Amino acid sequence: MKLRQIAHSRTGDKGNVATISVIAFDEGDYPFIAEHVTAARVAALFAGVASGPVSRYELPALGALNFVMKGALGGGVTRSLALDAHGKGLSSALLDLELPELAHAGRHPLT
Amino acid sequence: MRSIRLGAGAGFAGDRIEPAIELARNGRLDYLVFECLAERTIALAQQARLADRSKGYDPLLERRMLAVLQPCRDAGTRIVTNMGAANPLAAAELVRDVARRQGLTGLKVAAVTGDDVLEQIRGSDVALLEGGRLADLGDRVISANAYIGARPIADALGAGAGVVVTGRAADPALFLGPLIHAFGWKPDDWEKLGKGVLVGHLLECAGQITGGYFADPGVKDVPGLARLGFPIGEVSENGDLIVTKLDTAGGAVTTATVKEQLLYEIEDPARYLQPDVVADFSRVRVHSAGADRVAVEGGRGEPSTGLLKVSIGYRDGFVGEGQMSYAGAGAVERGRLALEIVRERLALCGVPMTEARFDLIGVDALHGAELSGGGDPYEVRIRVAARTDAADSARAIGDEVETLYTNGPAGGGGGWKSVRPVIAIASALVPQSIVSTQLSFFEA
Repeated sequence: MKLRQIAHSRTGDKGNVATISVIAFDEGDYPFIAEHVTAARVAALFAGVASGPVSRYELPALGALNFVMKGALGGGVTRSLALDAHGKGLSSALLDLELPELAHAGRHPLT
Repeated sequence: MRSIRLGAGAGFAGDRIEPAIELARNGRLDYLVFECLAERTIALAQQARLADRSKGYDPLLERRMLAVLQPCRDAGTRIVTNMGAANPLAAAELVRDVARRQGLTGLKVAAVTGDDVLEQIRGSDVALLEGGRLADLGDRVISANAYIGARPIADALGAGAGVVVTGRAADPALFLGPLIHAFGWKPDDWEKLGKGVLVGHLLECAGQITGGYFADPGVKDVPGLARLGFPIGEVSENGDLIVTKLDTAGGAVTTATVKEQLLYEIEDPARYLQPDVVADFSRVRVHSAGADRVAVEGGRGEPSTGLLKVSIGYRDGFVGEGQMSYAGAGAVERGRLALEIVRERLALCGVPMTEARFDLIGVDALHGAELSGGGDPYEVRIRVAARTDAADSARAIGDEVETLYTNGPAGGGGGWKSVRPVIAIASALVPQSIVSTQLSFFEA
């Protein structure tokens, strides 16, 4: 099962730092997401992209996590040679993360 | 409890104009706010001003004001914007001129200045947040602008301004200023200021909270994106917020669109550093309050740090780039061969570069080979980009890609090249005390 089946995500940028949210469609899935989408796992996933450490902030009241990746944007949005200098597409890469199966996964109402 | 209605008229310099017109006409707004300055925009504007003293403000300012001044006057809506960029005084004069042309006699336009701190910090040895010190950048520095807070905006509104034009203000401050003015929030009412920053942060990217930058077909569908509506915030005196949009506009306001924007560009959600307050979003809750209505509660705040962030623009050499496409059988192999040829040519010719990238668009250009599994695509596009100190060297990058037409692999097409000077941004923190803001008024 992919993270994309139970969560959505958006990337933001601040200088050379990428921020990536992971938000449960159903707040009931937050503990499962918090258990499996760890800072270590995200750091490993993006090892080829981000040079600095990855921090994770927890927002249980929103059913969301916020990841902060230092050194992820090729020296910063204004200097980077990267095609996607803002790192906008990183959220889509994170949603590809493989998770253990959840019986009810696949419901994502737009509410 | 008293409440006011704030609308977002733009989320970046090039944003659509019709959604702002729609809000000005039908939004029953107290304030319409246009946020148009990205990190680098003001450095580019500073360059425009150096070339022509009368310029340096947002290129779309006149078009936007022509479109919304009259309906805003009719509806009793006041306008706040950072479209002054590097020249708020010239921008305010232009707004006054547009108002005169439209017969809006008596409209008062305020310019907020003082964010330009280049003279204050020039020659100082302030530390850069990216590492190193200001002195390392030498004579390459072209601009330094402090992120000013909401107080001068509130003061301008208090003095009767119908339009307030700033340069570099913190984005949420454009919304916090009207809230401070409307509700008389005190400078040490940290909780309300924190809630006001939350309002500004949620609304400042305009369509990004009404379903823009959100759609993912089959997973997150959003109706009517071609006529996406911009958001309206209904804010009560205690700082609670309802985010909504016009019924007639496209898009959607849902708990999901609000949560995505809430965390957008935020590092530690408990410490969002702003000039007026350290906002704390860590205990915010959102819930649906009807169709396209989402309630936001639980924002907090702590005392501000007394420091202001400064964006420093500096010349950082040139970037040269070239691209070429390959399609059909063997496209990926021909693309890889093309990249190897260009790499070897740049070495043979001794083109001086400080950094270079050789990308295969369609295969692994965005996230590298590790993350980019999957079969070969039908078509690929090569992209070579390099940083150089001199413009001539940058030009050589695209030229070498272009010569693939007659010297490279079979079937290359759609060649494209560019050279651009780079204005980079570094950041520093300075004591609030070195920044003093001024208000100037222009009456139509």
